[in-house]
Amino acid sequence: MNKIIRNPKEAMKMNISEKILAKAAGKSTVHPGDIVDANVDVIMVHDLTGPLAIEAFKKMGVNKVWDNKKVVIILDHQIPAESVKMAELHKMLRKFAKEQSVRIYDVGEGGICHQVMPEKGYVTPGSLIVGADSHTCTYGAFGAFATGIGSTEAAAVFATGKIWLKVPETIKIYVKGQFQKYVTPKDLILSIIGKLGVDGAIYKSVEFTGPTMKAMSTAGRMTVCNMAVEMGAKNGIVEPDETTSKFLEGRIPNVKESFKSLKSDADAAYEKTINIDVADLEPQVACPSSVDNVKPISKVGDVEVNQAFIGSCTNGRIEDLRLGAQILKGKKVKSGVRALVIPASQEVYAQALKEGLVEIFTEAGALVCGATCGPCLGGHIGLLASGEVCVSTSNRNFIGRMGSTEASVYLASPATVAASALTGKLTDPRTVGAK
Amino acid sequence: MKVKGKAIKFGNNIDTDVILPGKWLSLIDPKELAKHTMEGLDLTFPEKAKKGVIVVGGKNFGCGSSREQAPLALKYAGVQCVLAESFARIFFRNSINIGLPVIECKGILAAVNNDDEVAVDLEAGKITNLTKNQNLQGIKLPPFIMEILLDGGLIENLRKRVTKK
Repeated sequence: MNKIIRNPKEAMKMNISEKILAKAAGKSTVHPGDIVDANVDVIMVHDLTGPLAIEAFKKMGVNKVWDNKKVVIILDHQIPAESVKMAELHKMLRKFAKEQSVRIYDVGEGGICHQVMPEKGYVTPGSLIVGADSHTCTYGAFGAFATGIGSTEAAAVFATGKIWLKVPETIKIYVKGQFQKYVTPKDLILSIIGKLGVDGAIYKSVEFTGPTMKAMSTAGRMTVCNMAVEMGAKNGIVEPDETTSKFLEGRIPNVKESFKSLKSDADAAYEKTINIDVADLEPQVACPSSVDNVKPISKVGDVEVNQAFIGSCTNGRIEDLRLGAQILKGKKVKSGVRALVIPASQEVYAQALKEGLVEIFTEAGALVCGATCGPCLGGHIGLLASGEVCVSTSNRNFIGRMGSTEASVYLASPATVAASALTGKLTDPRTVGAK
Repeated sequence: MKVKGKAIKFGNNIDTDVILPGKWLSLIDPKELAKHTMEGLDLTFPEKAKKGVIVVGGKNFGCGSSREQAPLALKYAGVQCVLAESFARIFFRNSINIGLPVIECKGILAAVNNDDEVAVDLEAGKITNLTKNQNLQGIKLPPFIMEILLDGGLIENLRKRVTKK
């Protein structure tokens, strides 16, 4: 048998994901392939994964969650309840939260879980967060190790506060260059997924680094990390810095303390490094029905759209709404196109109101709805009929994802979606936006 | 633990939205979920799966949403085991946790045709295509994962561990 013999000095060299997992497992070092029993800092479930988790928890023979301050329930996928069935599930979640003294973010308090978690101070750099939702990897934008799990596993974490994890190999993605106007972090992550494929990072950690990531807003980093799972990754992560602390200030205690020394070692090991320059990057579109079916907008051809959607945990932040509003301001959505704008959270909604964005969207003929996941997963609000086309800022374009199995979904940035809403077909935002 | 059944084949990147569309996620009775299994690709799947089948997939089986309703629907529709070239990690864990056997096996997609009779020895990771009289070696599950499967899933496994204490 070939046993890998490691240089003892090598033990010191870890990347940021490995450092977090080592700490969570109470070890000085970990290596890719190790299976560790890790202590979870925070667990989140929502209204579609929480009910199964609660049912499983009750069958496990445990009465109380291991730490009521570390369990969060967020109603977001189908709020306000669109059916009696969902209303019953929401009722069940409220009852469980009360019995267990667990914080629940109800209708009107929060919004989409991945926006609410950092806003409400549940995301600390260096922590291990698991969530019963695949896009939990979003919190890597703050330098947390965050990954999605299922409902039964969530129940086991409720009971024990622990989870087994295999330490992943890490792919480093080094990004340099400055984006052109109306080209965004969404275009970057779509182009990466297009190159690597939907299984290009399966079981792996992906570390996004380089000057472009350093210069990127928290919102942009969240968009990038959010879609790491679309190439199969276990987590996406960005080293926390001044930008991170600016967002987290006032939301978590001792912000700067939390990420002191939270850096990948200079000579840490990576499975591979991919270099990307965004200077010449065009707006990108993921065509039906796979997230890696990515083309630059100039190669997509003539595609008429019935619906244009700005929102979701990928692109429902204030920065995304500002970008959409900048393009729609003083103009009208093309007749025959339904434009939907859904802020990711109450906080984003309130900010959009303050900045006059809701007015801009409304006057342009777009419908602004309350914070929810909504049409992204075909739950409610804006489902598609057969033969219809939606251009969406969300993260998945699978068959049937947003309604009919005969509908088509194109994924793009908020700028591209807004530009397409104006013309009624897939449109390069650089051709319609103010220079 | 051994399972056997006729194969139903799918391709690469079968996502959990086609396995169980989002519009059914408010159902929590697994028998109700089972009626919509694979609805995104094949409306006749639940009828075909009733007799107990083995699902064979390509790369990245179960990608996308973390919905545990996807493996639950497969299990209650009659799927005995899922064999694939590779699995999306959340789907893999969810399947084990609800007691649906899953084995990764390189070359499985080419080695099996629809309706072939397939037998799987889970502990050994050994797959036999009885129709073609061909053996394949899949990746063996580590003992602690096998134990969860043998217990019937993570609920029973954890209950056992809690009672032991």
